[in-house]
Amino acid sequence: MSDSTVVTLNHEEHRPELLHHFADEQQQRDSASLGMWIFLATEVMFFGGLFCAYLIYRRWYFGDFGAASKSINATLGATNTAVLICSSLTVVLAIWAAQTSRRALMIGTLVLTMVFGLAFLGIKGIEYKDKFEEHHVPGASFSFDHVPIPGHPDQYANPQHAQIFFSLYFIMTGLHALHMIIGLGIFAWLLIMAWKGRFTPEYYTPLEIGGLYWHFVDIVWIYLFPLLYLIDRHP
Amino acid sequence: MSMATATAQPVERENYLNKHYGVGSWLFTTDHKRIALLYLISITFFFFIGGFFALLIRLELLTPASDLVQADTYNKLFTMHGMVMVFFFLIPSIPAVLGNFLVPMMIGAKDLAFPRINLLSWYLYIIGGVMMLHCMLTGGVDTGWTFYTPFSTAFTNTKIVEAGLAIFVAGFSSILTGLNFVVTIHRMRAPGMTWSRLPLFIWAHYATSIIQILGTPVIAITIVLVAVERTLHLGIFDPKLGGDPLLFQHLFWFYSHPAVYIMILPSMGVVTEIIACFSRKRIFGYSFVAFSSIAIAVFGFLVWAHHMFVAGISVYAALVFSLLSYAVAVPSAVKVFNWTATLYKGSIHYDAPMLYAFGFIGLFTMGGLTGLFLAALGIDVHVTDTYFVVAHFHYIMVGGALMGYLGGMHFWWPKISGRLYPESWARLAALIVFLGFNLTFFPQFVLGYLGMPRRYADYSHMPEFQVLNVLSTAGATVLGVGYLLPMLYFLWSMRYGKPAPDNPWNAAGLEWKTPSPPTTFNFEEEPVVTWEAYNYEELDAPHKEEVPVVR
Repeated sequence: MSDSTVVTLNHEEHRPELLHHFADEQQQRDSASLGMWIFLATEVMFFGGLFCAYLIYRRWYFGDFGAASKSINATLGATNTAVLICSSLTVVLAIWAAQTSRRALMIGTLVLTMVFGLAFLGIKGIEYKDKFEEHHVPGASFSFDHVPIPGHPDQYANPQHAQIFFSLYFIMTGLHALHMIIGLGIFAWLLIMAWKGRFTPEYYTPLEIGGLYWHFVDIVWIYLFPLLYLIDRHP
Repeated sequence: MSMATATAQPVERENYLNKHYGVGSWLFTTDHKRIALLYLISITFFFFIGGFFALLIRLELLTPASDLVQADTYNKLFTMHGMVMVFFFLIPSIPAVLGNFLVPMMIGAKDLAFPRINLLSWYLYIIGGVMMLHCMLTGGVDTGWTFYTPFSTAFTNTKIVEAGLAIFVAGFSSILTGLNFVVTIHRMRAPGMTWSRLPLFIWAHYATSIIQILGTPVIAITIVLVAVERTLHLGIFDPKLGGDPLLFQHLFWFYSHPAVYIMILPSMGVVTEIIACFSRKRIFGYSFVAFSSIAIAVFGFLVWAHHMFVAGISVYAALVFSLLSYAVAVPSAVKVFNWTATLYKGSIHYDAPMLYAFGFIGLFTMGGLTGLFLAALGIDVHVTDTYFVVAHFHYIMVGGALMGYLGGMHFWWPKISGRLYPESWARLAALIVFLGFNLTFFPQFVLGYLGMPRRYADYSHMPEFQVLNVLSTAGATVLGVGYLLPMLYFLWSMRYGKPAPDNPWNAAGLEWKTPSPPTTFNFEEEPVVTWEAYNYEELDAPHKEEVPVVR
């Protein structure tokens, strides 16, 4: 809480970013940042329902989940993990560039962030295409017959239970990809703002809260990757 | 303080209502007070739609045979009644109308922290509402408002996905309201408005917002799963395909039980304000009332499985959830005892808002105590899915939440509209609502205890239940009159009512230091708070000076 009691009488002094109902920039910045943190708490609960469902079925159908997990391409998943971690770095660099008035660096890192984001979605698309061709997309044409359970070569995975894995896989990664697409929209807007020179060492709130969102989406992936790709995998 | 002295001018001064005219000035407003009025109009519309369904339900139950409507139609009636009343009336009711209007004013702010997000939340509500209306007009849903799987995903041929999406969208409206309140309460308080000086209405809304923020996304993802499973015939919740229908119930009630506290907590906040004002006393045990709101919000997240005692959960889990459900009664009882202790030796005024507050205390206590019956494993098995449950939650959600809402509407109507409503009509309406409510729902306790199940159109093999059902239907008619009256005289007062003074009740609280109706930015200059909440002893002290504020 900014307990600032300064009542600024001279309204003309205000920067254009300061909205009328805030007393000062500090209050506005704190509000925006707290708002994003609370929104992320909402997002945690949103994904939390899915993680809860995942954990229950993984415990029930561990062997089937292992077999299904083994059929997705962990190399592509690991590559995507690396891509997203790099994109988080470029986001932080963009904020640092804004704080230190390095406009070219800020624009460059924002562009890089978007390139990483698009690369992630492209690789994800390749994965989805593979799954589609292998008939691993849940629904009428789903097929997962005669796939052995890891560690039990004589047992086949139950296709129904594998279908639950793939349902969760597509819903979780699909919602994550949707968040990435929204993130790309936000960063396109941030890039335009940066291009127009709207961010200064005094005012870079949109970059900061946009960055918070981007980091959150990355962190979700950091959990999704081992949970979905690395069940019962051994070298 | 200039605004305290700028009263009594004969001509209408500029305020938030007359500053701008035209439809556009309302549809694109970011003024929290105007958005509150937009919400007021929209939720009143949905209240009467939900009420219409209730009326048809009660008419059908007037006779044992299913003669007014067929069983299928009846299923749709109680489903749509529940969905409309829960998601489109009760959950937005006090937070989106009174909370929107009052939260910034009570803490001395010009607006909520995010005025545009506030407007967005109203649009989301309207989009969800239009989808729900379309769904109802093109066939509706017949699963009950709980849309349990696998019936909802694999069997019913009604419009589950559309209704689900309507609730999904309206849910984000609720999340954004809660987010706005939390940020506003943290960041926008006027100098001197410390946490311990906040009106308890604010504490109640803070607790409500926490539930909205953390609970609503869980039902959102549940709806997504239901919609995907239904559309693509997956087996996430369908036991035939390896899924677990109990998982659905856990996820559903993880939101939908706390949702009851979204309805009742703001009402408790309203009642606290009214009780203090009309007994002219500081509220007894301020910090206990404040923290009991937070405790209810926290405990409320830990009791959801008491809706599932007969669904096949483990007996040990049931024991834990039973105990935790009892635990919620403690902070609720703290509130009731503190209200009654505030009344003790107060100089009590029986104005209309106070009558609603009294009604609230009585009905909420009944609803809460019967909730304990239902939290007891043995009794719950006996009365599960009977009218006992129906009566219990209507005592909380109608007798509690709705009484608080009406009490609050009366208390703050002079501030909202700048007009006084006719007091004697208001007292009469309060009495009618109280009597009509009890006549409607008390017989349902008896019906349920005798074994009448809920959600049946036809009880012709149990004709002995007809007398109590007739009483209930008669009560519903009385209740309907009680709800129509306030709407009529509120509308009447906007044109013919006497202009309201700035502080007609001589109440404490920053919102009463603004003009009635307030100006767009509420306060001419930023208020500086130097007094505690509910300083009625100072307000009523023999005249010291104009403003009873120690500066």
